[in-house]
Formats: sequence, structure tokens, C-alpha cells
Amino acid sequence: MTDTDRYPLPRTFEEFNEQRRASFIRVKDFKQAGGRLVGYLCSYTPLEIIDAAGASGVALCGTSDEVIPTAELMLPANLCPLIKSTYGFAASEKCPFTFFSDIIVGETTCDGKKKMYELLGELKPTHILHLPQGRDRAYERDAWYEECRLLKERLEKLYDITITDDDLRAAAHRRNRMRRAMIALYNLQANEPPALSGVELMSTMFAATFSFDIEEFTAKLEALAAERQAQYKTGERPVPADAKRILVTGCPIGGVINKIGRTIERNGGVVVCADDCSGERTQASLVDEDADDILRAIADRYLDINCSVMTPNAARMENTLAMVEKYHVDGVIESVLTACHTFNVEATLMERAVEVAGLPYMKVETDYSAGDQGQIDTRIAAFIETL
Amino acid sequence: MAEIFGIGVDIGSTATKVAVLDGAGAIVHTELMPTGFSSVDAAERVADALVSSGFPVGGRGTRVVATGYGRIAVPYADKVVTEITCHGIGAVRLFGASGTVIDVGGQDTKVIQLKGGRVAKFAMNDKCAAGTGRFLEIMADRLGVSQRDMASMARRGAETKISSMCTVFAESEVISLIGRGVPREDIARGVIDSVVTRVVALVGQAAAAPYFLTGGLCDNGFVVERLSALLSEPVATCPEARYAGALGAADRALALARS
Repeated sequence: MTDTDRYPLPRTFEEFNEQRRASFIRVKDFKQAGGRLVGYLCSYTPLEIIDAAGASGVALCGTSDEVIPTAELMLPANLCPLIKSTYGFAASEKCPFTFFSDIIVGETTCDGKKKMYELLGELKPTHILHLPQGRDRAYERDAWYEECRLLKERLEKLYDITITDDDLRAAAHRRNRMRRAMIALYNLQANEPPALSGVELMSTMFAATFSFDIEEFTAKLEALAAERQAQYKTGERPVPADAKRILVTGCPIGGVINKIGRTIERNGGVVVCADDCSGERTQASLVDEDADDILRAIADRYLDINCSVMTPNAARMENTLAMVEKYHVDGVIESVLTACHTFNVEATLMERAVEVAGLPYMKVETDYSAGDQGQIDTRIAAFIETL
Repeated sequence: MAEIFGIGVDIGSTATKVAVLDGAGAIVHTELMPTGFSSVDAAERVADALVSSGFPVGGRGTRVVATGYGRIAVPYADKVVTEITCHGIGAVRLFGASGTVIDVGGQDTKVIQLKGGRVAKFAMNDKCAAGTGRFLEIMADRLGVSQRDMASMARRGAETKISSMCTVFAESEVISLIGRGVPREDIARGVIDSVVTRVVALVGQAAAAPYFLTGGLCDNGFVVERLSALLSEPVATCPEARYAGALGAADRALALARS
């Protein structure tokens, strides 16, 4: 059997544009060279376990409406665009990472994703982490610890390997270094004006989720932070001094970096803090590398992530208010993806918390289509005018 | 020193409104015209109309601020400001520094909370046409009457429930009411109540009396009456309220001309 047969390309490969074909070839080469590829979606996925299995973890959250019509052949229209897009990429075989992943790690976060994974499981091998709904009860921590152990065992079986505590500790060390590099970049945004445009920073962080080699990517982030800091010291100011400082909170920002992020920055604002699951809300917490039980330290670090799927989730609001102070924020924009019930409902609590702190707040509910760009422009521009 | 003027151009989805303020801040001229297919074309017609009225754009002491959904299509504008801010400023000028502005526009409805002469908060309808002027326009067409006649018919009509929020579904609902022989007056009443209910729901998101109505429905007495009834508070309006957005833009333009 030739290598080509072992990793065949999608049937519609020839119809793809050049860029997409190139990324398929890149991922195929990675697999043919013996690379292990594990797809994941959520920031609750304990990446150290994937790393420790010698695999590259790639985020498969869909961020484009291109494949939503395909997804809607199976999924209801009234569902979050991230879920539809993720499934659509798998069904249409248009995402090389989804296509070539050895396994996809899902989780029981929101109802939409949880049920989508059942359909995704018909297309790809999946492993579903059962995420507890809170962290206040002792058994919830224990249950999540067991879930992390099950993932470890599943990957050990899949690759016929043993994952040792040393492997996990080394992985935690590497991930922590990457998180510190991210935090160093975020910290540059506390400058007045900030050292980077928010769109550039969000796009950079988004790229991290597709990187096969996290050490290489960490080095890139460290270099970027050093470069921008040096440039800032010599007086370079890429963001105008009068730009209004915006914190964006809510749903994953990846699919609306342009629609919301760029619109903010085109209309006299700058995103100084992306308080979403790929941003500082999640990346700021580290794993205790020296813990006796390293698997438990990893499990605990992830369970403490403040996503609206948790109840209660007061720590999210507390953290956002701390970010508001750290980044001298002028206004908060909450980005809710259509039909994301948990963030949409929790928005009432966020609005209250932000307004009690004396700051203007606006919620924008949108999807990945261009249909409401005009309304989004007006809303965001008007919000910035009021600051 | 040249005389100074502030010109506000508000290109809405249905109508284009223009207001001119003189150096003392008095309204010296207004224009109202249909926007038509192209906002670029509407902007050109505005420029022509301003020349004939004696307020040419590009004059030495003259500044122009554009607003409305076609605001980016005005090449001679010195500045672009959103219609939310402009309606807020316009309403402050017409009514007072604090309260809630309700603007029912051609394609969107805005509720703007004013505090101390500034926009404190606002809400807008979602991307669909429910609760907007467009809804009334489509239903009046379906009933074969003008919007003005629809309002006076509605005043005589009995309460009739139109439950669909969506304009397309509501139109089918109206067709089935027509088919069942429900009097036109009753259907007209149902149509207006449907819009008003939708607007009041939006007001709930950013509400504080007193209420002011701006935009194209300000001369629709029955709408004002129903709004007041559902809000249990009087809703103030005036003929100039149609120009609130343009007035707000002109106010900003005057500030530019003075600086």
C-alpha cells in the first residue's frame, strides 16, 4: 500500500482553490511523516494530555458560513453558527484539520454541541468529555479528573503508547510557557494607546490554534512581543491616541474578528482586551507544574475556565471587571452568536455587572453571514460615539 | 468673515431629509425627498436642491454632516455620524435633554435614552422589518390604501390580532383576513397595533419617560395615540421631528463650521 492510499484526499479536492489545496497537502504531509493529529473544539479540552500523547492538537471550531448550507441538511437552521460551521466542514470535507484528524475530542458544554457530536460521530471517530455543569460540589472536580483520565487512556489505546506523569509535566511546562507568551502580548495592550491593533492580536492568537508545533509558535509569540515592545519604546504608535478602548466579551470571537473586531477598529475604537474563550479569560490561568498529582493539576486548571455553560458563573463577571480596570476600558461590547442561549441569557448579568461598575455596555447578537453588516456597523459606530 | 451654516443630510432607506442651521443655530431650511434606488443619486439631488435654495455645499463657512444608512454615500460630507447620535441630538434640540426617543424608520426602529443632553443607551430592532415603517408600507400596499388613509381607517376599526412578527408571514396573515371578509378598517387597526406593540417591546429595553417620537410616523396621529396608550405615558412629537436626524447632523455640522 502506498502512502497516497493511506491518506487519500477528499473526493472534491480538485475543486478547491489553491490555498485550500495547499493546506490539505501540508496536513497530509504531516500525517505521512508520522504526525499524530487530534482535533478539539472547546477551551475546556485538556491540551496537555493531547500534547503528552505526542499529538498535535488543532481547534476545529467553524468560523465561516461557507459550509452552513451543507450543515443545515442535517442540523436545524436555528442553531449557533459555530456548531453548524464545525459540522459543515466535517460533512463537506473542506477543512484539512477535521479531515485528517485521527480523532475529534468533543465535550458536553452546550446542548447544541453535545447533540451535534452524535452526528459528527457518524463521520469521524470522536471522544466526548463529560464536562460537569459547575465546580462547587466536590464530586464535580473528581468527575472531571476522571474524564481527563479517560481521555488519556483513550489516546494511549489509539496510539498504542503509555502517557507518563513526566510526559504530562513536560506538556504542562510547554503550555504554560506559551500562555506566558500570550499574557506578555496581552499586557502590551494596557499601554495608552495600546501597542497593537486588537484585530492583529486576535488573528495572531487564532492562528495559535492551528499550529502543529507549540514550541515554535511560542517562540514566534515571544519574538512578536519583544519586537512590539521595542517599537513602542522608540515611539511607534500603531493605534491613534484617541481610539476608544473596548473590551469584547461573550462567545468565541474567531468567526467574527472582522465583523465585530474590525468594525470596532474602523469606527474609532480599539479592542484592548478579548475576553473570550480563546483570549485572556482562558489563557491567563496556568497549570501548577509542580503539583504532586499532575493530572489533577491539569484537570483543575481547565475546570476553572469561566464559560457561560457553568452554573453559577459569577467568576466570569468578576474577571471581566478586573480586565476592565487593567486595560482602562471605555466600553464593553458583548458578542453573542445567534442561538447561543447560555451567553445570551448570562448577558443580562454581565450588563448589570458592567453598568454597576459605571461603564457603558452593548450586546450584539449576530452570526457569520454578511446580511446584518449594515446594522452591526451602525450599532457599533453609535456605541463608540456615545463613549 | 463668511456667513456660517451647518447642513445635515440624513439619507434613510425610504426618505432623505436635509436641515440647514444658520450661525445662530436657527433652522433656515429643510428638504424632504424620496431616497429612491441609489443613495449616491439621492446625495447628488440633495446637493442640487441646496444650490437652488441658496445653501451650496462647499461654501467657505459651510460644513456638512451626513447620517442615515446612506451616510457613506455623501462625497461632500465633512464628517459622518450615525443616525443614533444624530436623532439623539435632534431630539434634545426639539424636546429636551432627558427622556426616551423612539424613531420608527423605514428599515429600522431605534429607541434612544437621553441623559443630560447625551445618548446614554440605545436599542435597535433586529435585522428584520417587524416594527418598522417598511411593515406599514407593505401592509398599506396590500390593503390598497395610502399610509395616511390606513391610519384613519384604523381609528374606526375594531381590535384585530395579527400575531406574526415577521413581515412576510404577517402579509400572508393579512391576506387570509381579507379572504375571510374581515373589514379593511379592522385589518388596518391590527396592522398598526402590531407595529406599535413591537416598538413598545423595544422601548422596554431602554425606557424612561418622557417619550418623544421622531421619524416618518410623527404626523401619524393614530400611531402616536396607540403608542401613548400602550406606554401609559404621553408621547410628544412635532412636525419637525421628521427631520430630527438631519437636525442632529446639522447641529454637528454647525459645530464644525464654528471651530
